[in-house]
Amino acid sequence: MPGKIRVIHYINQFFGGLGGEEKGSLAPQWFIGPRGPGSLIQQLAPEIEVVGTIVVGDNYMAEHLDEGAAKIIALLETEIARDKGLRPNLVMAGPAFAAGRYGMSCGAVCQSVQETFGIPAVTAMHPDNPALDIYRQALTVVRAEADVMGMRAALEGMVRVGRKLVAGEDIDPQTDGTIPRGLRQNYFAETTGAERAIEMLMRKLRGEEIGTEYPMPVFSRVPPAAPVADMGSATLALVTSGGIVPRGNPDRIESANASKYGEYSLEGLDRLSADSHQSVHGGYDTTYANEDPNRVLPLDVVRDLVREGRIGRLHETYFATVGNATSVKRAEAYGREIAAKLVNVGVQAVILTST
Amino acid sequence: MTLTLQRHAVQTVQLGDTPGIADGTLTVDAEAVRDHLMSRDERLADIRVGLALPGEATRIVCVKDVMQPRLKTAGAEPGSGTVRVLDNVAVVTCGPIVAFQEGVIDMSGPGADYTPFSRMPLVVLETAVGAGVSRQDHEEALRSTGLEAAAFIARSCIEAEPDAIETVAWETPNADPDLPRIAYVYMVLSQGLLHDNYVLGRNAKDGLPITADPRIAFETAIVSGNCVSACDKNTTFHHQNNPLIAELLRGHGANWDFAGMVISNASTRLSQKQRAAEAAVKLVADLKVDGAIVSKEGFGNPDSDLMMLVRGLEQAGIKASAITDEFAGIEGESQSLADVTPEADATVSVGNANERVQLPAMATTFGPLPDVVRLAGGYPYSLREDGSLEVELQAIIGSTNQLGFSRLSCREV
Amino acid sequence: MPTAHICSIVPISKTVGANRIVPSVAIPHPLGDPEKSPEEETQIRRGLVEKALTALETEIAEQRVFD
Repeated sequence: MPGKIRVIHYINQFFGGLGGEEKGSLAPQWFIGPRGPGSLIQQLAPEIEVVGTIVVGDNYMAEHLDEGAAKIIALLETEIARDKGLRPNLVMAGPAFAAGRYGMSCGAVCQSVQETFGIPAVTAMHPDNPALDIYRQALTVVRAEADVMGMRAALEGMVRVGRKLVAGEDIDPQTDGTIPRGLRQNYFAETTGAERAIEMLMRKLRGEEIGTEYPMPVFSRVPPAAPVADMGSATLALVTSGGIVPRGNPDRIESANASKYGEYSLEGLDRLSADSHQSVHGGYDTTYANEDPNRVLPLDVVRDLVREGRIGRLHETYFATVGNATSVKRAEAYGREIAAKLVNVGVQAVILTST
Repeated sequence: MTLTLQRHAVQTVQLGDTPGIADGTLTVDAEAVRDHLMSRDERLADIRVGLALPGEATRIVCVKDVMQPRLKTAGAEPGSGTVRVLDNVAVVTCGPIVAFQEGVIDMSGPGADYTPFSRMPLVVLETAVGAGVSRQDHEEALRSTGLEAAAFIARSCIEAEPDAIETVAWETPNADPDLPRIAYVYMVLSQGLLHDNYVLGRNAKDGLPITADPRIAFETAIVSGNCVSACDKNTTFHHQNNPLIAELLRGHGANWDFAGMVISNASTRLSQKQRAAEAAVKLVADLKVDGAIVSKEGFGNPDSDLMMLVRGLEQAGIKASAITDEFAGIEGESQSLADVTPEADATVSVGNANERVQLPAMATTFGPLPDVVRLAGGYPYSLREDGSLEVELQAIIGSTNQLGFSRLSCREV
Repeated sequence: MPTAHICSIVPISKTVGANRIVPSVAIPHPLGDPEKSPEEETQIRRGLVEKALTALETEIAEQRVFD
């Protein structure tokens, strides 16, 4: 029907009216039209037609989360192939309230649908639902109460947000009642940054709510690793975020927000030189590093210290990337990968140099 | 002591033989400009003078700086006297890349939304230097050439009657004790080649922090030598049109008492950063203010300078607000700043510079398009065969300006 | 494994969670100083690396700056 939003609704065995905990292992079942809360969705929004419902047992999904999600995708594809009129504009899952297993399966289904079909999905959870840790960033989740007493409000939220998603509108947690995904998203404000900075200071001086645009985060910490007893019998590796690479930048590491790190041999090199190496880091004046790359990656003195026995061995490969505008998340990923590689080859300690 | 701005409202710009302004049309004599610039600096190999107009399918790459034609015609004291200003036009220098930090200006298409310079006619100087010119000289030659071109064009309009006379008065201390007293802390980078700025003719490495008459910005007292990155480089144009100074002067005596301005620098050594922040905070405290706004340039290590200033101000009993951009990753999923402090509870965000944009191919290009892949915010695959680009906002001039010039912002979703 | 972070802007290193931190000379030349002679530079560089080695051999319970 023209103008209708076609929705496929995903719910568990309980809300699907198929039983309680004893039916928790139920494999994906398909039903034409709405079931359980799906009828209320249609009542709340006349332009929404719940064309089909998928019901799955909570335990089934908890035990086979990925295969379960894949099975559901396959089920959807089969049914849509059979009847093109079922092709949905939107998938709604739950509400899962505070239920962890149900939250996980709603999350998995929504994420799979978004990735496979490229259509929007929306669910609803209580802010304490443990599934949010995993799915918060990938999904649009309406804030719901802890239990079924909040059913109507949750569905109203899902309907409101669902409409916006189908229309391609941006979702704002402040006004749309969704749980913040923890993603930073650009938009054009009504006024300039300068006007906003002055107004913000005025609010702060008046003792009003400041409305900061970037709340200061708390960074995660890693507990310190145990020390090396004696570096004189240990293997050391060198890593740098200062962008020191072999001349010519063979791996074409970018000068900012580097998408990769390089692994380069130090064999046969007693020191780095302007002929052998260069800096490709776009965030500092590279004149001094290009003149003498040892100023950023201290190969010369490390070789001396190995010869003198102060360092046992230098690992003959070093790792380099560019730490300019490289997001913390990416940098963490590189760090983890490099650490794994070094551990695998028996390196015991690292000196990391930054600019 | 008054600063008088004699303003011409430029409506169109054209190239022609009779330079000057008449009925809103600015005529630029390209050959005369070129000859004048080439004759004064032997490091220059060639200059192509052209126009880029709003709405055209024109792209300017490896932009070194943007500056507004302004010429001080009278007054010995910085911050007072007479300045001739041509509004709605700017000079842009571009050409072969010096290093990685120069940016892009698109005059139409999606990229145009992210730079203020797509909305005004631009006089573009595509400039090359001779072989063997050092990077330092290359940078300096282009900086000096651009400034001279802007002054030259302003000079050609001296005989014409300005469209408006704006008197910028600023008396302090202000009479009204009920108004909040606020100061402006102006951070400028001083970090080496392509990371330096110039204040009252001096490299910002030396002689800062200082307290200064805020109106000096309007007479091109602050000149940009910094390029990193294009998104949050404060171009000379941005300095000349500093929106915080303009707004603070507008409301002075009515909404607040604009007590003064402190210019501070951001260096490469930790001890220098700490000393500068401490000294700047002391200068602000001497103004006996209730609050201060801190602006920024660059990102990464300057995040530390910003946090030191904010922390220092708050600890001195001065409430602070600050402006910063973010580098939160392509999807906005990562931590935006390299350094934070709990006292920075009044922060304006001017956008996540890691966001990517698709820029269509343009019919006309000034500057070496292939160098886009070497720009900060560009990638090896940024430039496609058809001439279209995928780059981060980081590569677009002015996109996340931290003087708060534009309206781009960022929020959590 | 233990890592010693040689960097100029210690507050950033602390903020992002490095545990063993060695303050370096300056951003564009963390392990050098173009204002000094090559011999002096090598000495400075050696000194910083030796500090890093000491840091790697030191038991710590929380973040520490080794300077």
